[in-house]
Amino acid sequence: MKDNIAIKVSSVSKSFRLPTEQSSGIKQAIINAFKGIKGYREQKVLRDISFEVERGDFFGIVGRNGSGKSTLLKLISQIYEPEEGKIEVNGSLVPFIELGVGFNPELTGRENVYMNGALLGFAKDEISAMYDEIVEFAELSEFMDQKLKNYSSGMQVRLAFSVAIKAQGDILVLDEVLAVGDEAFQKKCYRYFAKLKKEKKTVILVTHSMDSVQQFCNNAILVEDGEIAFSGNSAKVAQRYRELFMPTELMQKQYKKGNDGLVETDFVKAKVDLKQTREKILVDIEVQEKIKLDEDAIIGFCLDRDNGERVYRWSSDETIEGNLSFNPARVSVEIDNIFPEGVFSMFFVVKSRDRAKDYAVVNDVLQFEIMPRSDCRWGSFWKPAEKTMTSSVVKKMK
Amino acid sequence: MKISNILSRKGRILLQELVKTDFKLRYQGSFLGHLWSILKPLMLFAIMYVVFVKFLKFGGDIPHFAVALLLGNVLWGFFSEATGFGMQAIVTRGDLLRKINFPKYIVVVSATINALINLAINLVVVLIFAAFNGVQFTWLVLLAPLLILELYALSLGIALLFSGFYVKFRDVAPLWEIFMQGLFYATPIFYPITMIAAFSPMIEKIMMLSPIAQIIQDLRFVLISQENATTWGLIDNFWIAIIPLVLVVGFLVAGSLYFKKHSSKFAEIL
Repeated sequence: MKDNIAIKVSSVSKSFRLPTEQSSGIKQAIINAFKGIKGYREQKVLRDISFEVERGDFFGIVGRNGSGKSTLLKLISQIYEPEEGKIEVNGSLVPFIELGVGFNPELTGRENVYMNGALLGFAKDEISAMYDEIVEFAELSEFMDQKLKNYSSGMQVRLAFSVAIKAQGDILVLDEVLAVGDEAFQKKCYRYFAKLKKEKKTVILVTHSMDSVQQFCNNAILVEDGEIAFSGNSAKVAQRYRELFMPTELMQKQYKKGNDGLVETDFVKAKVDLKQTREKILVDIEVQEKIKLDEDAIIGFCLDRDNGERVYRWSSDETIEGNLSFNPARVSVEIDNIFPEGVFSMFFVVKSRDRAKDYAVVNDVLQFEIMPRSDCRWGSFWKPAEKTMTSSVVKKMK
Repeated sequence: MKISNILSRKGRILLQELVKTDFKLRYQGSFLGHLWSILKPLMLFAIMYVVFVKFLKFGGDIPHFAVALLLGNVLWGFFSEATGFGMQAIVTRGDLLRKINFPKYIVVVSATINALINLAINLVVVLIFAAFNGVQFTWLVLLAPLLILELYALSLGIALLFSGFYVKFRDVAPLWEIFMQGLFYATPIFYPITMIAAFSPMIEKIMMLSPIAQIIQDLRFVLISQENATTWGLIDNFWIAIIPLVLVVGFLVAGSLYFKKHSSKFAEIL
């Protein structure tokens, strides 16, 4: 294996035996043996999976529920053995299928840290070296000699997460379950991911969240029905994943690829304009309903870099009080132009407030380019709009 | 299971932590705590003593039969605990196995080591008891550790073998419990083996081919009194007399091989 490869997965297949009988036990085994039936059927979970993760990669594994991605993760973490094929790991691998593996409510916080550390493969002196940092990060220094059962659930998660964060390994395997918890905790998780990315750690992340994939991963694979349906740049993988959830007949109704800033679906007609100055980026959106929308419907957009990184997100319900009137709704958003140079694209949605109904979901509704600052001029991908700001709502962005 | 694997640093650390945790949590929440490790066999002994020695007048011709009874009771306690907990260890620790990769035998070994710690505490009690009872220790005492090692090997072998079965068939636990009940009566613990000899010398010899009977009688022989009958004292044929030892080695080898072959699948079956 080449030195720059951290993990090499070569044509790995895996199947599970699912019992076909209700009971499993000696009696059933004997009955099955007499009847000459197997008592189980083989379920192929993964078929011929091959990919490589390079050192320093932030590698995403995405897929629907039941697509086989968790099995793949357990194979990489060597909890399961591949049936066919081979998985080579170059370096020490620290898996986090779940936080706080081996935590025992009857042990103190301190004892649990050592237990958890030992399970992750750390020696006592290694954990001792990390211990102070772990406690400090968890902000639990007064509680370490208390039994875990006396911790609030939030404190338990904090402790488990701190062990995970401070655990030093060459390759980290993270399951999406890490990002559970309250909003503050999720933010902490994402800051941690960002730090890992900056430090060029080798990370494998399994997730449903296309936002995190786009934000953190440089490469990703999409697993569908036990096979790699798509692999490559995380932005493209994220787009493919979103398309999986778009039933074809709906695709025509609500989903569309833009490029010119014009959107038309069965529900709405919208026009998106973007212009930039040296200091500001101005986004003008006009949405006209074609049929009556929910009265609390919202407008939202995200700005993505061409490498898939999501750099900006805006939604009307987070910034504007009250409901919009879609007859038509006009929104102007002013964003400080602190963007790095590069090509960006806009992802545009009109949805019900609970995000359950999609009225328009459009990738790449328009693109724009931020030029080097010394030569600031209008970008070449968009057409500056001439209209004045007469929107019904004007909101200045922080 | 290669030696290097057993002694791997990671495995050793984990084993240490698991043993420590199990030991700490054993009598968690009880008022007397670890005192129970001593009290439980002593109280069971007291019952047996009243029933079998005082009431049924067993072992009148064996010197220090009360100490022999206590020793047998303690050894049997270890055997039943090590095999019982050991074979269920994989399932008990299933949550760990499903989430992290580590050498699986560690959980079985940790369960048996905990029973071993318990045995060590109890043996101290037995020795004190023996001293008060006027037992004369001889140089034969030095053989005791070897016999304890044999007992441990037997228990570990059985635990490894059956823990693999137990993952697939939960019937193993109740079956083993019944078998152990039978074996308890077929082992000279609360009655002297000479009682069987009076009934049929042939049955006595066959009973002494059970490794657990051989170990208990041998330990009584080296620790308490040389009037306790042993397998090698009763059976002249060398090849027959080593059957218990062969069984111990057989269980250990079979258990290790079976465990090694199947342990990689445990996480999936659990």
